[in-house]
Amino acid sequence: MSTQSNAAPESSASQPIAAPSLLPTHPMRWSLQREFWENRSIYLAPLWAAGIGLAGFLIHLLKAHSLAGLDSAHQKLELTVPYMLVASLIMGAAFIVSIFYSLDALYGERRDRTILFWKSLPVSDLTTVLSKASIPLLILPFLAFAIVVAAIVVMLPVNMIALGGSDITFAQLWQGLQLWQSAKMLLYHLVTVHILWYAPLYAWLLLVSAWARRAPLLWAFLPPLIVSLFEKLAFHTSYVSGLLLGRLGMGSGAGGQGADVATGPGAALMPSPQFMPDRFFFLPGLWLGLLVAAGFIALAVQLRHRREPI
Amino acid sequence: MACIEARGLRKTFGSTVALAGLDLRVEEGRILGLVGPNGAGKTTALDAILGLISYEGELRVLGRDPWTERDLLMRDVCFIADVAVLPRWIRVSQALDYVAGVHPRFDRVRAEGFLSKTNISRRSKVSELSKGMVAQLHLALVMAIDAKLLVLDEPTLGLDILYRKQFYDSLLNDYFDRNRTIVVTTNQVEEIQNVITDLMFIDSGRIVLSCTMEELESRYAEVVVKPEQASAARALKPIHERQGLGRSVLLFDRADRQQLAILGEVGTPSIADLFVAVMGNHSNQRQGAVK
Repeated sequence: MSTQSNAAPESSASQPIAAPSLLPTHPMRWSLQREFWENRSIYLAPLWAAGIGLAGFLIHLLKAHSLAGLDSAHQKLELTVPYMLVASLIMGAAFIVSIFYSLDALYGERRDRTILFWKSLPVSDLTTVLSKASIPLLILPFLAFAIVVAAIVVMLPVNMIALGGSDITFAQLWQGLQLWQSAKMLLYHLVTVHILWYAPLYAWLLLVSAWARRAPLLWAFLPPLIVSLFEKLAFHTSYVSGLLLGRLGMGSGAGGQGADVATGPGAALMPSPQFMPDRFFFLPGLWLGLLVAAGFIALAVQLRHRREPI
Repeated sequence: MACIEARGLRKTFGSTVALAGLDLRVEEGRILGLVGPNGAGKTTALDAILGLISYEGELRVLGRDPWTERDLLMRDVCFIADVAVLPRWIRVSQALDYVAGVHPRFDRVRAEGFLSKTNISRRSKVSELSKGMVAQLHLALVMAIDAKLLVLDEPTLGLDILYRKQFYDSLLNDYFDRNRTIVVTTNQVEEIQNVITDLMFIDSGRIVLSCTMEELESRYAEVVVKPEQASAARALKPIHERQGLGRSVLLFDRADRQQLAILGEVGTPSIADLFVAVMGNHSNQRQGAVK
């Protein structure tokens, strides 16, 4: 006995049957991976939207009439509108997926009782909820951006070949599209509108999905509607509906006013005055909204801790 | 340190009392069978132990508070809630990847080894597997985790006899050692008779009986007596009597075995018979108390 302990280094002698060392784990990474496995629409829907957009673009090119008769402003518009439409299609798909994903994220696992499997593993409720929140708040906006860029990379050479016969040069197309400018605008739009401004919306949907025992869609949209109508009826005011519409409307209205014929897609993505950097980051609504979003997500973490399978 | 230690464990759902102050102590290296009628509080007790529900009273599992430290606790505790909780969309290979990615004590090679003894393909989705195969998969995942406590809540529910037998065989042969603790609930009491080391009956959120299997054998005796000796046997105050094949089968608690041997053949009661006897008396007592 004594010879053994002498031979063995002291550290191992003091822990003769030490627990096997813990293997490194990556709960956040694998929680995200789980979401991609379970909800393939996260990437399939924007990809399908891109595919359909590209098909539409091809048909458009085949049927396109000559641009020769138009003045240069209208030429630019004719050339650049398809790019805008494809980008909107992809971003719209990503937005809709975000809504439905968030509504099901913490509801589905309780409904099908798989929460009992997920909770049998050493992954905290915080990690799970944050991984789910990051899908609409980070993954989908940036994924949409990447797919838009990829779609444009495909569209440009095809467009050049199609224009080969006409007198519009690559330089004109390039100038009309203002690619770098547009890409920056698109990214700014995604970060300010889809991430920062919509954060309370997604957080609310996640909260409802963690709380509802059935029909999360109804619970998410009916109460705000009823409160708005009640306020209108009882007090003849519209603060609530104004607040909610302002939250939803401001983003999609971006560029609405400013997009005249002469400007390209870059200008169409031009933020509305409210969303210009010099004003946006000083909007009380932005910071209040983010605070509310953080509160909703904290509540969702608590609810995932407490809620049982349905 | 006990593996599980509970004092005055209470849980109510509205006005329903699911656990009425449970005192429980499970030592390391035991296999505890938790048996009770439906709605007795078995699953509630396990849920509390696993940190799935809040509770009143004191509860420590491996020295931790399950409700506030579930994610840390789950490094050392595994559970199979019932066979139907593996996500239907997950592929076998994905399940292996995921558990390997989040569990620090998961031995993937071991899990693959268990799976290679089955007909489960790595490419299959859970939704494509039979119920028995899903149970095999879940067990393979769980047995590859070097956990200190394994909790099984009706693990063989809905499985056919072959899979049920296999389930407990692999559990005992490939998994259990004296350092691990297993808690299992089931309504199929006969299948755990030779598996468990400790037995606990629970009814209406209370422990009705708690003993080791050795205690059970020394304490309870079952005697098969012919009709002519029945009245003599009844004089010894059996806790339960049933009729079978023209004979009376009487169950005694702490009776003199030599005295019993005169009356007929003495044996150890099965858990199922003991359950019927103890639970029958318990519910009679309760009804009496109400009246």
